[in-house]
Amino acid sequence: MAQEDSLFGVHPAAMQLQRRRMELIAANIANADTPGFQARDVDFRAVLASTQQTAAAPAQTHAAHLGTAAGPAPGAEPGTVYRLPVQPAADGNTVDVQVEQAQFADAALRYQASLNFLDARIKSLLTALTGQ
Amino acid sequence: MSSFKIFDIAGSALSAQSVRLNTVASNLANADAVSGDPEAVYKARLPVFKAAAEPGQPDAAGVRVLGVVESQAAAEKRYEPGHPLADAEGYVYAPNVNVVEEMVNMISAARSYQSSVEVMNTAKDLALRTLQLGK
Repeated sequence: MAQEDSLFGVHPAAMQLQRRRMELIAANIANADTPGFQARDVDFRAVLASTQQTAAAPAQTHAAHLGTAAGPAPGAEPGTVYRLPVQPAADGNTVDVQVEQAQFADAALRYQASLNFLDARIKSLLTALTGQ
Repeated sequence: MSSFKIFDIAGSALSAQSVRLNTVASNLANADAVSGDPEAVYKARLPVFKAAAEPGQPDAAGVRVLGVVESQAAAEKRYEPGHPLADAEGYVYAPNVNVVEEMVNMISAARSYQSSVEVMNTAKDLALRTLQLGK
């Protein structure tokens, strides 16, 4: 997971997380009629914990450095969880399209919020660079 | 990691739902195509959906149509001795298409298609806005 950037703060990591979330929700909506499909989402708390863990862990700057046992496995996507079904279908499908659409809108809004923050940051940097 | 995976996922849903709409259209079109032979009569067609996980990417799965199967329900037997296609005992066989079921199927497919189009539109808007960062 990406660490906090000195230039852009938490927003690149937040956008990555929201994009991953939107992918999962898009998959849920795509499989709304697939028998036995179980809806999934990202557990924000778990991702935050793994990001903080990575940020707090000592950096490995040399191949001979020992790894930290506590860190997450490389390449693993932390925090993917199954959604608790309110009313599962008779065929085992647990996708509730209305819930998914609401969650997708939520993720899109958060993504846009991060976009706005980044946009403002880039504009203020440009002002500082050009002095106009 | 590409941001275009959403388009792949939503696109797979669009094509799966349009296969479903096609089978509904086919079933409704043939709902009254009677035959004198219970084996030869048209049988309702149904698509089979399955979640298709991308290799190396177990998280996000599109949807795939495994195939189109024919309904195993018995054909409807009607006594119509005057019908030109009637068999020796005076029966014709109508397809096992349930028109009400097909209409419900059509509405469900159309709704799912719309949901995926919405997802695609939102993803497209967000991608465009990301491209315009700082402009």
